[in-house]
Amino acid sequence: MTRLLHIEDVYKSYGDKLVLDNIDLTVSQGEFCTVVGPSGCGKSTLLRLILGQEEPSEGRIEIKGQQGALPDRTRGIVYQRYTLFAHKTVLENVMLGRTLTEGQWWNPWYRNKSHVEEAMEFLRRVRLEDAAGKYPHELSGGMQQRAAIAQALIMRPPILLMDEPFGALDPDTRSDLQLYLLELWEKEKLTIFFVTHDMQEACFLGTRLLVLSQYYSDDRGMGADVKRGGKIVSDHALPKMATSTEVMNSEAFRALIEQVKKEGFDPDFRQHVKDFNLKHPDSFQTLLQSEYNAGQ
Amino acid sequence: MKRPVFLGLFAQPPKALQIVLAALPFVLLLVAYLVASDIRLEANPNDKLLPSVGQMVDAIDRLAFQPDRRTGDYLFWQDTLSSLQRLLTGLGLSTLVALTVGVMMGAFNGLFVLGNPFLTFISMVPPLALLPILFISLGIDEVGKIALIFIGTFPIMTRDVALSVRGMPKELIIKAKTLGASDFAVVGTLLLPQIMPRLITALRLSLGAAWLFLIAAEAIASTDGLGYRIFLVRRYLAMDVIIPYVLWITLLGFLMDLLLRILLKWRYKWYQG
Ligand SMILES: Nc1ncnc2c1ncn2[C@@H]1O[C@H](COP(=O)(O)OP(=O)(O)O)[C@@H](O)[C@H]1O
Repeated sequence: MTRLLHIEDVYKSYGDKLVLDNIDLTVSQGEFCTVVGPSGCGKSTLLRLILGQEEPSEGRIEIKGQQGALPDRTRGIVYQRYTLFAHKTVLENVMLGRTLTEGQWWNPWYRNKSHVEEAMEFLRRVRLEDAAGKYPHELSGGMQQRAAIAQALIMRPPILLMDEPFGALDPDTRSDLQLYLLELWEKEKLTIFFVTHDMQEACFLGTRLLVLSQYYSDDRGMGADVKRGGKIVSDHALPKMATSTEVMNSEAFRALIEQVKKEGFDPDFRQHVKDFNLKHPDSFQTLLQSEYNAGQ
Repeated sequence: MKRPVFLGLFAQPPKALQIVLAALPFVLLLVAYLVASDIRLEANPNDKLLPSVGQMVDAIDRLAFQPDRRTGDYLFWQDTLSSLQRLLTGLGLSTLVALTVGVMMGAFNGLFVLGNPFLTFISMVPPLALLPILFISLGIDEVGKIALIFIGTFPIMTRDVALSVRGMPKELIIKAKTLGASDFAVVGTLLLPQIMPRLITALRLSLGAAWLFLIAAEAIASTDGLGYRIFLVRRYLAMDVIIPYVLWITLLGFLMDLLLRILLKWRYKWYQG
């Protein structure tokens, strides 16, 4: 397995507010990496840094060994909102990547048969072939998200970033799309980095579950002057569960949810940085002396 | 549940009443005019201030359907054509500049920093104060009038477009980049098409100003045009010409606005608001 994404010693602050606090993370190819954490812990910020939408205040972010690139084809993105281009039909939206890179985007009459066929194939995979000629505003939220996934996938990005992509959908559509995304991930051998605040979703989808949280303790003490931001407080390797919502009722699944809830969402339960549950083989941690004063 | 018909926050006038309500102020104004005109003409048949409908029809018939004794032109149509030419040329240039310069400024931060303070500055210059300068430097024929309309409308339209482009969700631009778009492709496939409805709205809002500058320019230095005619016949207190001309200008403005609105509805269905 190759290291697709490598993050080391990354900090991000907005003015006085520290949002991400010494993040270390490596993600391998083929991983379905879900990130969960309480609201405001910096999940979306982390995703924006990986995407190149924003720069880290400190630290390194590498995609395939390349450091600090602006948004480009190495990362695909599906947002919760602003998913499709409103002035283009669904087919044109899905085809857009091909038109931009191999076709004539400046020519409004440009049509490439192989691009259309490829886009239709992707639309079939997301079960939207009947909506090809429609405009995004004529689609339901779930259909829009499926089209957005097809739009991103047609470029076969090395890593697909998703920022609460199903957050605005009703529960039925949501679990539909979850199953569907798992199916796609398996078939297309995708690498996915998926941010959500929903523990069920994170535990169900991921092969690797990261809990990002501001609720932890370290040797800097608990003084009010200590600025502390979100950190990866646990890193689980999840067994690839059967792709059915059945597993959600299993004992193991419920135990996992309970554990995640405690690790990340409970302000009164603060693990010390040295005790974080970082069992995933790709996991690593570089602590400053101020955070963990091991020697003394 | 019973909704009130007219009064109250939840009033829902039925279709027929809506039409009646919409027409009411017009009818009232018309009736008031007719009555007042009647009273004045009764007292003095030579009164010029509030001409009767018949007098106005006569005046327009003379100007629109009989060739002028001196020049042989149909003055009403000649005036309309000249004015529309000036108006549309000026507005067309503004629209073109707003679209090109505005979108580029909105898209590229560097260009925005370069152009925005300057645009803000010239949008503050009262265009009518520039009128003498324009007439002196560009002459009193077409160029000066078109320049006034252009200068009066393009800074605000360009700024509006630039700010709207900047206000577009960054997510869309980033998405286009992740799909492999070059910077210019982002402008061409995303920003330009998405700004079109906004541009049309900006154009609609500029129509009123454009008419103002047109009439002003024509009033001061011209040999034809709707504004020229109004200010010419003012000397003879020819309200029977002035009132129909004003109504005609209003109608033209309304029709342009309507056309743009229809274009917006028909061509840009995806655009809400
Ligand atoms: N552009 C910004 N400027 C200032 N503060 C920001 C900005 N973006 C995010 N924040 C702050 O960073 C924190 C984390 O935000 P975010 O990453 O969106 O959290 P999450 O996605 O985990 O809910 C929040 O407290 C938010 O107020």
